[in-house]
Amino acid sequence: MYFDSIADFIAMGKHGFYVWSAYGISAFLMIASMLLALRGKRQVRQTLARQWRLEDIAKQQAQDTARRQQSSKQTPEVNDESGT
Amino acid sequence: MVWQTIKRWYHMLGSPRYFYRFSSALLPWLTPIALLVFTVGIVWGLAFAPSDYQQGNSYRIIFIHVPASSGALMGYVAMGVAGLVAVVWRMKMAEVMMKAIAPFGAVLAAISLATGALWGKPTWGTYWQWDARMTSMLILLFMYVGVIALQNVIRDPRQAARAAGLLAMVGVINVVIVKYSVEWVQTLHQGSTLKLLGESTINPAMKYPLLISMLGTWLLYAVNVMVRARTEVVWRERRSKWVRKLMKDGGQ
Repeated sequence: MYFDSIADFIAMGKHGFYVWSAYGISAFLMIASMLLALRGKRQVRQTLARQWRLEDIAKQQAQDTARRQQSSKQTPEVNDESGT
Repeated sequence: MVWQTIKRWYHMLGSPRYFYRFSSALLPWLTPIALLVFTVGIVWGLAFAPSDYQQGNSYRIIFIHVPASSGALMGYVAMGVAGLVAVVWRMKMAEVMMKAIAPFGAVLAAISLATGALWGKPTWGTYWQWDARMTSMLILLFMYVGVIALQNVIRDPRQAARAAGLLAMVGVINVVIVKYSVEWVQTLHQGSTLKLLGESTINPAMKYPLLISMLGTWLLYAVNVMVRARTEVVWRERRSKWVRKLMKDGGQ
């Protein structure tokens, strides 16, 4: 360690303010950029998961409707549009 | 032979799926190494390197200022090359890379300007002067912001990439101006004491921590670019089978 004490290290001669604010700003910006990148990753995953879930539900409903129509054709006497 | 190899590389890296697999294997290693190298360089520079006989301890800003500036410049050149490939050959991965490179480049340019100002005050007596180096660096930040804005404003990603690619290419001229501004014209900013070729005029006790923090910054940049590029690849390829399978399996 170049400095004699922690207090010396923090004081940086008389330039503590300049040195530490330079490093503080840098750390803040770099960490923020990394967190934003990770948030983007999470958002894309959530969006896709939701989209695919909706698609799956839509597909399921389409299949159900098709099946009901088929069965109602075979037994015309219980033809019920509401599907109950 | 060489041409064949380049061609194979071009096609491999041009494949979003290949890039995704490759980066999946690389990131778990690259991330901790980048953090470690960066931390070693910064701690060494801040706490262990000797102080400067003229500037005292304010010179310690160099260990973030120079790495950030070099990263911002190199990143811009890389973005310009990606822009060229995207505009001329319409390569999808080049569009993805161009988009992924811009945000951290802008961050590094901003860090360069902020730390430069904070270093300038105790050293030159002023936070800012409109000299060639500082002005061209400010323009570099604006170029980054411009490229990001173009990509966000234009809806169609392929059309956005073409516009942003053109801007990225044109802006490379500014990188040359930044680099040589301290040699061509009289500036408040000093010339470089660190040289890749030839003798550096910086004290070795300061040079090694500087080189290490530089390497660390570039590696962190690479990590940032990879994370962003992977997100972009997943989004663009969301209709493909491999992405669907990957996401449904809860893949990383």
